[in-house]
Amino acid sequence: MKLVLNIWRQKNQNSRGGMVRYELDGVNEHMSFLEMLDVLNEQLTEKGEDPVTFEHDCREGICGCCGFMINGVAHGPHRGTTVCQLHMRHFRDGEELWLEPWRAAAFPVLKDLLVDRAAFDRIIAAGGFISVNTGSAQDANTIAVQKHCAELAMDAAACIGCGACVAACPNASASLFVGAKISHLALLPQGQPERSRRALNMVAQMQQEVFGSCTNIGECEAVCPKGVKLENIARMNREYIKAAWAYREEAAAGGGG
Amino acid sequence: MNLDSRCPSGPIEQKWDKAKFEMKLVNPANKRKYSVIVVGSGLAGGAAAATLGELGYNVSCFCFQDSPRRAHSIAAQGGINAAKNYQNDGDSVFRLFYDTVKGGDFRAREANVYRLAEVSVHIIDQCVAQGVPFAREYGGVLANRSFGGAQVSRTFYARGQTGQQLLLGCYQALERQVGAGRVAMYYRHEMLDLVVIDGRARGIITRDLVSGKIAAYVADAVVLATGGYGNVFFLSTNAKGSNATAIWRAYKKGAGFGNPCFTQIHPTCIPVSGDYQSKLTLMSESLRNDGRIWVPKEKGDKRTPSQIPEAERDYYLERRYPSFGNLSPRDIASRAAKMVCDDGLGVGPTGLGVYLEFAEAIGRLGRTTIEERYGNLFEMYERITGEDPYSSPMRIFPAVHYTMGGLWVDYNLQSTIPGLFVLGEANFSDHGANRLGASALMQGLADGYFVIPYTLGHYLAGVKPGNLTPDDPEVLAAQRAVEDKTRQLLAIKGKRSVDSIHRELGKVLWEYCGMARNRAGLEHAIAKIPEIREEFWKNVNVTGENAEMNQALEKAGRVADFLELGELLCRDALIREESCGGHFREEYQTEEGEAVRNDDKFCHAAVWEYKGENQAPERHIEPLEFEYVHLAQRSYK
Ligand SMILES: Cc1cc2nc3c(=O)[nH]c(=O)nc-3n(C[C@H](O)[C@H](O)[C@H](O)COP(=O)(O)OP(=O)(O)OC[C@H]3O[C@@H](n4cnc5c(N)ncnc54)[C@H](O)[C@@H]3O)c2cc1C
Ligand code: FES
Repeated sequence: MKLVLNIWRQKNQNSRGGMVRYELDGVNEHMSFLEMLDVLNEQLTEKGEDPVTFEHDCREGICGCCGFMINGVAHGPHRGTTVCQLHMRHFRDGEELWLEPWRAAAFPVLKDLLVDRAAFDRIIAAGGFISVNTGSAQDANTIAVQKHCAELAMDAAACIGCGACVAACPNASASLFVGAKISHLALLPQGQPERSRRALNMVAQMQQEVFGSCTNIGECEAVCPKGVKLENIARMNREYIKAAWAYREEAAAGGGG
Repeated sequence: MNLDSRCPSGPIEQKWDKAKFEMKLVNPANKRKYSVIVVGSGLAGGAAAATLGELGYNVSCFCFQDSPRRAHSIAAQGGINAAKNYQNDGDSVFRLFYDTVKGGDFRAREANVYRLAEVSVHIIDQCVAQGVPFAREYGGVLANRSFGGAQVSRTFYARGQTGQQLLLGCYQALERQVGAGRVAMYYRHEMLDLVVIDGRARGIITRDLVSGKIAAYVADAVVLATGGYGNVFFLSTNAKGSNATAIWRAYKKGAGFGNPCFTQIHPTCIPVSGDYQSKLTLMSESLRNDGRIWVPKEKGDKRTPSQIPEAERDYYLERRYPSFGNLSPRDIASRAAKMVCDDGLGVGPTGLGVYLEFAEAIGRLGRTTIEERYGNLFEMYERITGEDPYSSPMRIFPAVHYTMGGLWVDYNLQSTIPGLFVLGEANFSDHGANRLGASALMQGLADGYFVIPYTLGHYLAGVKPGNLTPDDPEVLAAQRAVEDKTRQLLAIKGKRSVDSIHRELGKVLWEYCGMARNRAGLEHAIAKIPEIREEFWKNVNVTGENAEMNQALEKAGRVADFLELGELLCRDALIREESCGGHFREEYQTEEGEAVRNDDKFCHAAVWEYKGENQAPERHIEPLEFEYVHLAQRSYK
């Protein structure tokens, strides 16, 4: 099949970008979307032109590297699917597509369809962990974990950190990403000792990065390739409010935050 | 080349304790004076960097992706082994050790494998404490499944995303150290060379993948945990960026390369669909817990699978290996698939495929249970092929998956270059000639969390910290060499894309150094690869320039190294005149097509030494002794 691709081309973070139109013939329905772009890049290289830069690595929908907007939808039209797992059988012959990078102030474009998501790492570094040095763990079966809790924690932990939630949100909020991590750890007994600090610190870091606020629109859940649910944001809000109170009580009692 | 394994003396179950006690220590106040470079943020590198940070060393960690969380360990699906014996089904440290040595077809070092089995139990404890959401039973205890090559259930898992969850645990521990200022994380940095001064590893040269800046970083020791080199075949289950550059550069600086030809072909992957194919997708081995593998008994049977009655199907693994059946080790299952396809019984449009069917399991356990166990794998299959595996069987075929070969290391995980340590898939590993499923995650974490913190400390206690800066003339010379090579790649501006040449190399390797190898084929490949290499250096087109983000340049550097490594793979395979594990030489097989080892001549690790441009590398050996698991023909019948 044949496609018309309008792709955002931008040389680097400081230059202005713009849409460039390409026509691509011979697209096979069994190709993945990125394999289709590989074919385009092969042709551009043959002509001595700069191939289109996009982020990718595993091509199995798990590393979270890939992602861009296809016709305004993060990761494209197929629900629950990263763009590396999206296959061309979902498109029609002759279709015209618009590819753009994630758009968010916290994710500056580095080149073409590739953005900088280091803000996510900084949020995790602020508290998205359980402080347990190697060697200090007890036997793994000492603490029983309700199957139901383990499953819910796993649902939240399935987040791949691709950033589609931020890109889809009109406010460019990172709440789904942050809520997923806070939920994952708050749902497990191992996460309890740092529960309050974690919520406070991660939310504070999220606010320091230039993400917007959540106004419960739900676009994030709709595009999440891993089906991470909005209830994680609700849980984050509850955790945060509870923690804010706990923090005050602790502080009043002369304890740490 | 000094190949002293430095294994401690004494009974095998006491060796590691003895070694730990005898190792020198660095006192807590002195630790921060020592700087350590860790290249790689996968399970091995991430675990090492986090743990060394916790201990108080001054750590810098590098990865080429945009975040340490994206290392290829993230893609591991099925699970991680540990000798917990929570199932009370007869498992023990000794049994895991035994299974691993036997599974590796007696080509691994016993002492290392024993240690691996021993620390496996601590890994699970550590990961659970970090919040890894492993699968659980209703009573709240951890669940297990079985993997190939074992008759006990010792595999821990988090749905089909075990690697992801283990890596996130590890990444979070790492980010905690980053936040605490004990680890400096350099993401989007690719290591392009190793700095060796006075015979010791002292730093690395990297390219910043955003700005193109080439820079030197120096340290008191360097740890490589850069993963496997399966992408030398172009098509593999590895991520697109997985590469051999770090270990290949170290090899060219004097590190011995162990058993390069030991590569693993995984039996259950989604078959190739066309020339545009960019990678192959694994369908986890865990599926073989409940899936049954078969082909039609008749050649050219064009009926749909559901129309083929039971009696006209050949469940060839169950037939040939009744006691392990569908859970036979990978090398055996892959070769069996190749044999039925060679006999013309393969299925699907290309004839290169076999069925993996769940109908029986769905009937027995119900769809919900199967969904719970494998839901995400089934979805992935459906997404890629457009077919629904709940209603018709999956089609699968073997694909390159893992490399047991890698840089040779001693018991302390130190390469032949003092101060250069190698962890995870990048080292020549504890898996011998074939790795058992769910053992790579175990090895990566064992190396990173529990081995290197001791052995690196022992090394550092014997050297003086500091005393080297990035503007040292030798460091600058190494940096200039990298800049020159980069310029050279960009100056060719020929006609062919990097990928097209990489594909060509991959085809040669798959054909002649893949699932079955023979003398004539290997000799052909050894003649052919230098031609492809020449074509590359004459006619590749690396577009763009250095001082920018340039993915073509990144790929070109990696492929340039694969073009050299590919030849070494074939040389190693040619000299090893036996069949063992993943290395199957057609000349050495039984009448039923089983592998025949030659323990008299090849009961050793082959270790290659680089001898310079256009010189044949030299082959050394480390003899292997089997005191505890006696050499025997492997049997899974
Ligand atoms: C699809 C798939 C499924 C698997 N499933 C399982 C399973 O179920 N159980 C199991 O035990 N094993 C499994 N394996 C194998 C296992 O995942 C790997 O062997 C293991 O994760 C490797 O870990 P590692 O830390 O050694 O390397 P990786 O995780 O590959 O990490 C390599 C790191 O090195 C960095 N790096 C590489 N080169 C450079 C360079 N030149 N410069 C800078 N940084 C560099 C990368 O950025 C990355 O951070 C699977 C493998 C695949 C491919
Ligand atoms: S490339 Fe890894 S998720 Fe798409």
